[in-house]
Amino acid sequence: MKRKKIYSPNFIIGLVITGAMLLLILIGFVHTPYDITKMDSAAKLAAPSFKHLMGCDNFGRDIFSRVLKGMGNTFVIAAATVSIGTVCGVIVGAFTGYFGGLLDEVLMRVNDVVFAFPSILLALVFVSIFGTGKYNVIGALGIAFIPSFARIVRGEFIKYREMDYVKSARLAGVGQLRMIFVHILPNAMPVLTSSIMIGFNNAVLAEAGMSYLGIGVQPPSASLGSMLSESQTYLFSAPWYALFPGLMIILMVLGLSLLADRGAK
Amino acid sequence: MRYIGKKLAAMIITLLCISFLVYLAFDLIPGDAALAALGTDATPESLAALREQLGLNRPFLERYLEWLVHFVSGDFGTSYKYHLPVADMIVSKLPITVVMAVISFVIMVVISLPIGIYTAKHSGRRIDRIVMALNQIVMSVPHFFMGILITYFFGLILKLFTPGGFVSYETDFWGFLAYIIFPCFAIALPKIAMSVKLLRSSCIEESKKDYVRTAYSKGNNTNKVLYRHVLRNAMIPVITLWGMTLADMLVGSIVIEQVFNIPGIGRILLTSISYRDYPVVEAIIVLIAFVVIVTNFLVDVVYQLIDPRISV
Repeated sequence: MKRKKIYSPNFIIGLVITGAMLLLILIGFVHTPYDITKMDSAAKLAAPSFKHLMGCDNFGRDIFSRVLKGMGNTFVIAAATVSIGTVCGVIVGAFTGYFGGLLDEVLMRVNDVVFAFPSILLALVFVSIFGTGKYNVIGALGIAFIPSFARIVRGEFIKYREMDYVKSARLAGVGQLRMIFVHILPNAMPVLTSSIMIGFNNAVLAEAGMSYLGIGVQPPSASLGSMLSESQTYLFSAPWYALFPGLMIILMVLGLSLLADRGAK
Repeated sequence: MRYIGKKLAAMIITLLCISFLVYLAFDLIPGDAALAALGTDATPESLAALREQLGLNRPFLERYLEWLVHFVSGDFGTSYKYHLPVADMIVSKLPITVVMAVISFVIMVVISLPIGIYTAKHSGRRIDRIVMALNQIVMSVPHFFMGILITYFFGLILKLFTPGGFVSYETDFWGFLAYIIFPCFAIALPKIAMSVKLLRSSCIEESKKDYVRTAYSKGNNTNKVLYRHVLRNAMIPVITLWGMTLADMLVGSIVIEQVFNIPGIGRILLTSISYRDYPVVEAIIVLIAFVVIVTNFLVDVVYQLIDPRISV
């Protein structure tokens, strides 16, 4: 089946951008051209050059190396967030959608309450109670992402639970857990996949926003958001300091949203 | 009416749940008002006395209900750090945040409608492809980075405004508007891109339906069919999106305020978090959540007026 699909130019551009971003993230995990905490006072706010591809920041740290590490941090946080959201969302959505009844009513009301609460506010509550840091950001965003996944999966399960193939599987004596995860869940995958991609993008944006506010990944670790926040003081003298971290966020989000568009159709 | 009543009941329950959960969350944090007032070197006896006096050792539910009653009547508690009523700290800042959200919303509606309709009308042509490609890129820009870009181009290069030169609406209303229009664009632009995309695809989807063919066969021209028939139906998903973005814009302005150095609600919230000034954090969070939920309720009502089928 897959071979027959003709890939649109958008999809190919998305694939190339996402591939390039993943490659950069991978490189960042293994190796960076400079130590991200190494300060070089001679290179303060240096312009991009062959020595420093993206220039240097106000402490003379290499921006390219910090962008690589920052992308890695963003990627890890977004991936963890979306994993929490997806796993919990699928479980909640599958059970409520499949069984219905009182459980469904109660869980969906809880879902609505969390859904009504803006995710960045939830993150702020988390941070003011538990303090700042990577894991608190993951926890807060993860919880905030559950309702949207739960809602989507529930809708799919309601659609499939009365279908003939489910009924005949039931007659054949398939157990309920097997029915949910082996028979119905694979059919919900296409919808789930594109919402995972969109969720990932939202997580990237939320993480960047939080570290911009100074409540995400803490220094001296690098993050794209906090680099942007620092760069603002030097916007006039060193615009590249703001440009590159911002550009990387845009590319990460753009690549995946081009891929997600294809999945949605 | 029954639909509105049901939604109203659901809204009140949600409001109660959220206020309860937030109160509970902040109640579980070690440290309370007595400790904040007396400092860490206070004797246990004086702490206990003050707790007794402030009513902090009453049962949780009793304290929650009292807090809720006070909150609804506009008494948001007292700041640990400034020893001022939280309401006084917020009241003069609230208009800044609300005005920013409202202006961003108006900008979004005014700009995205014509572009969405235009691209739908000319779908598949070169101009449509260029606009949509641009649209896709704008959609991927985080609003705070958009704010930085706007600061750079309009503030530092074109010098249309002085970055960081915010004037309060109390001293110079027009100066205030001239400044906040830039952050408002930063908030609105990504949302414009989203609604253009949705409006375009929704229009194209609707135009394929049978009633459109019927409308044409009755002798209507393209514009009449588009504005009288297609658009009315195509707007429904767009209005849902707008309803959700209104809440997003309120929360989004917390971040944008930092980019443009605006002393609004966001500034107080962030400094209070870093000072662990819990009454302030709690009040602002519950307040914003209330505004968001009430907005969602109003959107539901408007939605039902536009499309009576929803209530079934």
